[in-house]
Amino acid sequence: MDRDKFKFPNRILPYLLVLPQIVIVLIFIVYPTFESFRMSAYQADAFGHGRIFVGLENYIDLLTSSGYQQTIFVTLIFTLAVTFIGLALGLMISLLLNRKIKGLSFYRTALIWPYALSPAVVGAIWMFLFHPAYGVLTYISPVFLNWLERGSHALILLIVAAIWRNLGYNIAFYLAGLQNVPQNLLEAASIDGAGAIGRFRKIIFPLISPTTFFLFTMNLIYAFYQIFGLVHTVTKGGPGGATNVMVYSAYRDGVTHLMPGFSAAQSVIMFVIAVGLVYLQFKYAQRGVYYA
Amino acid sequence: MLDRLNAIIESNIFVHILLILLLIVMIFPVYYSFIVSSSGRAEIYDRPPTFTPGDQLMTNFYRVWHETDLPRALFNSTVFSLAVTFGKLIISLMTAYAIVFFDFKLAAPVFFLTLFTLMMPVPVRILSTYEVVASLGMIDTYQGLILPMIASATGTFLFRQIFKTIPNELAEATVIDGGGPFHYLFYVLLPLVKTNAAALFVILFIWTWNQYLWPLLITTSSEMRVVQLGIEGLIPGGGQLPDWSLIMPYVIAAMVPPLIIILGLQRYFVKGLIEPNK
Repeated sequence: MDRDKFKFPNRILPYLLVLPQIVIVLIFIVYPTFESFRMSAYQADAFGHGRIFVGLENYIDLLTSSGYQQTIFVTLIFTLAVTFIGLALGLMISLLLNRKIKGLSFYRTALIWPYALSPAVVGAIWMFLFHPAYGVLTYISPVFLNWLERGSHALILLIVAAIWRNLGYNIAFYLAGLQNVPQNLLEAASIDGAGAIGRFRKIIFPLISPTTFFLFTMNLIYAFYQIFGLVHTVTKGGPGGATNVMVYSAYRDGVTHLMPGFSAAQSVIMFVIAVGLVYLQFKYAQRGVYYA
Repeated sequence: MLDRLNAIIESNIFVHILLILLLIVMIFPVYYSFIVSSSGRAEIYDRPPTFTPGDQLMTNFYRVWHETDLPRALFNSTVFSLAVTFGKLIISLMTAYAIVFFDFKLAAPVFFLTLFTLMMPVPVRILSTYEVVASLGMIDTYQGLILPMIASATGTFLFRQIFKTIPNELAEATVIDGGGPFHYLFYVLLPLVKTNAAALFVILFIWTWNQYLWPLLITTSSEMRVVQLGIEGLIPGGGQLPDWSLIMPYVIAAMVPPLIIILGLQRYFVKGLIEPNK
């Protein structure tokens, strides 16, 4: 098919057109990624003058340290909770919105806008609302999140904030997916005696599974990387490492703790995960690669 | 039992009540930040809490404008976001144009190299990218903040998809009329992809405005700080009481530009989010 596509005869012009992208990709993205691999095999020497080659020692130290095992565990909990709870809520709300009721476009707009809020903004607001000492939600709701002192509470706060921020995004996609479910199919099922729950299980859920796969991948990527701003603003990885997710741990070990080899090894581990996420993305979400 | 559950779920009143509860959940956090922004420093701790606006709104915004780095941070965020967004749009448009409308050996390698960058977000190259930017003397500069960000796999992929669907006749007609590749790009292609470009603009602008790790790495001075980092800077560590009547106006200021974009260009935003997914 590509053979038949019209082509301009210019020889030099295409190279000039791709040059900026190639230069930036090679210098600022591809080279540093390979450099992460190289750095991960070194440690700074005791005097801070140079680097000593240590092979796989950084990886062994990492994977055997209880601190990093906790980091992996916390990342897993956070990512899965944000993805699964976020998708389930998004789907439920979209099902409610996807019918002919008054004020629908108003509701849609009102639900979608938090997508524009950054993790730092969302973090600041939620840490204030649930502040153990003076948070207004701590005061009016029965929920008490002592996120300053209790690790599990801090993790829950971050999960709630992250889900809240992405709910509109999930709803926007599910609503679009639901419009592709043929109305006459649902009516036919209704006549045959299928209730709302039956129609959902047998017709709607299978038909919107492409949207579910897409959102699943996008939410995984969001929860895995974008949490950084949330953690840095609110908990700084604490208390006691309970919110020290992989992205934050790699940053802190590299920039604050000045352990470049250790940080680079964590970057490489995240690279392996990134490859897996991109594979998922192209398998399930190839027509909407939208996380830039 | 199931029938009754179905009946409840299908009633419209139930839907409206649920929706209103949901709206409260979505709006309350931001509404309350606004309340705090309009209250005095101590009123925030009043119990029972007040949920109506106070009279300190102007005072608080005046204070945050003059006592914090907010004006500078907003300026930096605007420069950063606009430059990265337009940079990404232009560069990916050029790349996709070359790949689809020219015959050259590197077309496929360039495309796949660009796509591979999806696997290389900032977290997988934290220190090494910092070192590259440092070795070019670009730490704490706009160039250092902007240039490394303007490669775009998303944009290249999207524009390539669109270009591939454009019928040959348009290009052939341009050539017959004596037009070259630039004439074709500016007068034929660009008008055709305007809507897609606008949709991409919305998504890229919000994405860039909300970046955190990258500016944290590349900028060091307070003059270069973007608004996302300024929020954390106002929250003191070590159990000190933060001045929320100063922080919340700052937070509001940080969320307004992307909100204006998303609400003002909502048509394109929804289109950009959903249509490529079809």
